[in-house]
Amino acid sequence: MTKLTYIAHDGTRFEVEAENGSTVMENAIRNAVPGIEAECGGACACATCHVYVDDAWTAIVGEPEAMEEDMLDFAYEVRPSSRLSCQIKVRDELDGLVVSIPERQG
Amino acid sequence: MSDITTTDVLIIGAGPIGLFAVFELGLFDMRCHLIDILDRPGGQCAELYPEKPIYDIPGYPVIGAQELVDKLLEQIAPFKPGFTFNRMVTALERLEHGSFRVTTDENEVFDAKVVVIAAGGGSFQPKRPPIPGIEAYEQASVRYAVRRIEDFRDQEVVVVGGGDSALDWTLNLEPVARRVTLVHRRPEFRAAPDNVGKMHALRDAGAIDLVIGQVSGLSGEDGILRSVTVKGADAETEVACTRLLPFFGLTMKLGPVAEWGLHLHENQIPVDTEKFETSEPGIFAIGDINWYPGKLKLILSGFHEAALMTQAAKHIISPKERVVFQYTTSSTSLHKKLGVPD
Repeated sequence: MTKLTYIAHDGTRFEVEAENGSTVMENAIRNAVPGIEAECGGACACATCHVYVDDAWTAIVGEPEAMEEDMLDFAYEVRPSSRLSCQIKVRDELDGLVVSIPERQG
Repeated sequence: MSDITTTDVLIIGAGPIGLFAVFELGLFDMRCHLIDILDRPGGQCAELYPEKPIYDIPGYPVIGAQELVDKLLEQIAPFKPGFTFNRMVTALERLEHGSFRVTTDENEVFDAKVVVIAAGGGSFQPKRPPIPGIEAYEQASVRYAVRRIEDFRDQEVVVVGGGDSALDWTLNLEPVARRVTLVHRRPEFRAAPDNVGKMHALRDAGAIDLVIGQVSGLSGEDGILRSVTVKGADAETEVACTRLLPFFGLTMKLGPVAEWGLHLHENQIPVDTEKFETSEPGIFAIGDINWYPGKLKLILSGFHEAALMTQAAKHIISPKERVVFQYTTSSTSLHKKLGVPD
């Protein structure tokens, strides 16, 4: 299992054990982490599962693909560390990953 | 009242469940008309994820969402349903003799004996961009669509976005507006390359401005915009603006459904699981928009709901007729309706 930490907008930390191959969005929904809406259910079609990847992790997580970059146009307060959490798959190297949730989703 | 379209069943929403309802209702000789806010059939399948695969449609190990919509359209073609697109149903009222009157946001009127709400997550509406205080300017200066080009004549227009709508309106308003400024988060655009090329040519010729960044603030007074602040990678720019056109995609909102006097369970319409009828007799709700104990928002559940709703609708429309249960595999009368050769 891979450990993920979500930091809600109010600073609350949620630590979650995630299965490899699942997405960072799915683990937020399963564990009722507030602030991730995932309106489209993970189809990279809505930009309501937007997260900021912790600076220490951006290089390991990697850059969004073109389609995700297009969807990020619809997200709220996009930063260089912005990703759609439905497009980040959990894998061994992400053990300890920290992501923050923006003030709002779109 | 000039043109009233009459039909047996008026279906609100042309997503997969609304489309399949046409098939079930058609087998029992009920004519259908569908109204949808999008410009084409398919609902979320067409708008949100047309190229995504679906794995839980019985009989199809995998099928693309748009492919499913196309096959449903083929399946219902024998019943020749009517379609009205780009319209939101704003009013639903019961007439004296028991049928229903449905009115759209363009004041088209439909009379039907039965109404089926198959509106999924509600209607797709333009997303309000996350700019503080934007609500105050929505009456006078902010537009989410271009309805009348004249409304933009000699205005300082700021278009925000990088898709086809943003690029189309940048190009189309350039000759009319005093100035058009296109604002986009990044230098890459997802719009059709041809239009992106035309936009760059206009910018190079000095006919429009292009600013890379995100709109972070609005200034004006009494609800009338004067300028917008654009935050770029390392600088803030103030851009004159009397008309703001943000294109931030679509979101689903329950919309006017909430005003039709139906009981609601959060944002869904409670129904019984025999007829899928709402709290108003003759108004049914099927697919993602309904709620009952154990409800699952699955396309396959919506198909089942359409079949059972049809039995109840038939009793309303032809109360004296005995409804005979038949299989499409073997019934000669159903074959005739479907156009199956002898």
